[in-house]
Amino acid sequence: MHAVPDQGGVSGRKRGDTTMARMKFLCDSDRCIECNACVTACKNENEVPWGINRRRVVTINDGKPGERSISMACMHCTDAPCAAVCPTDCFFTTADGVVLHSKDLCIGCGYCFYACPFGAPQYPRLGNFGTRGKMDKCTYCAGGPEADNTPAEYAKYGANRLAEGKLPICAEMCSTKALLAGDGDIIAQIYAERVTRRGYGSGAWGWRTAYKDMTTG
Amino acid sequence: MTHFLTRVRGAVAAALFGLALAAATAPATVEPAAAQAPAAPSAANEQMLFNYLQGSVQGRVTIPDQRAALLIQPQGRDFQHYHRTTLKWLGGIAIGGMLVVLILFYMIRGKVRIEAGPSGRTIERFNGVERFAHWLTASCFIVLGITGLNISFGRELLLPLMGAEAFAAWSQWAKVAHNFLSFPFTLGVLLMLVLWIKDNIPNGDDVKWFAAGGGLIGHSHPPSRRFNGGQKVVFWATVLGGGAIAATGFIMMFPFQVVTTMEGMQLATKLHGIISLLMIALILAHIYIGSIGMEGAFAAMGSGKVDLNWAKEHHGLWVDEVMSGGRGASVPAGASKAGAD
Repeated sequence: MHAVPDQGGVSGRKRGDTTMARMKFLCDSDRCIECNACVTACKNENEVPWGINRRRVVTINDGKPGERSISMACMHCTDAPCAAVCPTDCFFTTADGVVLHSKDLCIGCGYCFYACPFGAPQYPRLGNFGTRGKMDKCTYCAGGPEADNTPAEYAKYGANRLAEGKLPICAEMCSTKALLAGDGDIIAQIYAERVTRRGYGSGAWGWRTAYKDMTTG
Repeated sequence: MTHFLTRVRGAVAAALFGLALAAATAPATVEPAAAQAPAAPSAANEQMLFNYLQGSVQGRVTIPDQRAALLIQPQGRDFQHYHRTTLKWLGGIAIGGMLVVLILFYMIRGKVRIEAGPSGRTIERFNGVERFAHWLTASCFIVLGITGLNISFGRELLLPLMGAEAFAAWSQWAKVAHNFLSFPFTLGVLLMLVLWIKDNIPNGDDVKWFAAGGGLIGHSHPPSRRFNGGQKVVFWATVLGGGAIAATGFIMMFPFQVVTTMEGMQLATKLHGIISLLMIALILAHIYIGSIGMEGAFAAMGSGKVDLNWAKEHHGLWVDEVMSGGRGASVPAGASKAGAD
């Protein structure tokens, strides 16, 4: 099958003459070996508490022909659904296209979990009933609204590797380079080259849902 | 008999054909490995899975949180659209429209007066328990309504005025109040159901009441028993709508415990919002007619005792029942005898 990534990845630069990157994740599910090292590295790098997974590996068609594993976290959507439904407007998108949120403004209502197509928002369980604490999610290793690489930022949001000129730890240490992080155009091109060379590919998982507005732009 | 058998045989054949068709059209991913599967990589293509599953892509995870096995649920975008557009328009039209209607009604019709004037004699309409049930529900509903509207519209209306930090702090408390007041609210609704259901069974009088415009349009007063058609509508809306709000609200308070699917949680959240906004619009009309809209109406839930002339005009059949049944009107000291005035 002639598979190329969704057009979503190819048009990012066309929207404007911005020199900033449009950061995205792309999981090449034909390379992912479900080692879960990305999950572990994320937890370690950001000191994510027990019970919260900013990243996870999902295996589809488990034990059947066509089994694939996909590493999934926040996709940092265009027109992010979480941001749209947030009652306190606690989300913001950085110049790199990374979707971040303020834990000072989050009230733990849980709406973003219902809106998120990728199950990214996580909540520490708190107090009575299903009461949720402040939402936690993948920050693309880009911290939060606090000043870069301060203890306050680290305590709330974890590492800010992007401010240090590094990419997210999950993709950086992926042993098979299945998980790609970086500017959407560049990683889409890397993936397209792989697909062309090996002759198959199962697509850029989630891109259609995450960046659909960009396909027309 | 033979006719029946041929029918059964036909139905079985049709079912078998359907099964065969389903098996033939199902993608290779769900067939046993022995079957001739097409090239495996394409079988794992996201779009093919979307088309086959008609919705979200579910897999397996090795972490304890099994909800994480839901890889992609594109309907999250629908929830986004609902919350950003549908809910806001619906709520705006329902509540804003009701306010406009009430203001116009007040300007055109004015306050509904007791036509014969107050008589000075009162009759007991609601006892202490009934008023307690009403005000328990009402006070909870007002706080729940305001804190709920804050979730739906606060970001547009309050946030720019209050600033992000103050609005977040207020919303945090509003959420706590919203969660905890659900319990007394539900109790109030249940109490009212038990107390008033016997007087709220719809009957022929209600048809006449609605046909005459409820005495709101024009000045005729269709006779009614303890509750007229409009009040019965409010009762059933409160019991059924309030019950639905309570049920969906508890589902949201215990996420993925009562309802375990993402679709179910999204539906509960949507229903909770839509029904609540419609209830707020309806209760605005109820508050209007029970206070500034009608002379003598508030006393029913205030002191529990209404003026006899008000009762005769609005609930003539009920007054007859009470008078003949000897439940009795209280006569203030020094009042003249019935019929003397």
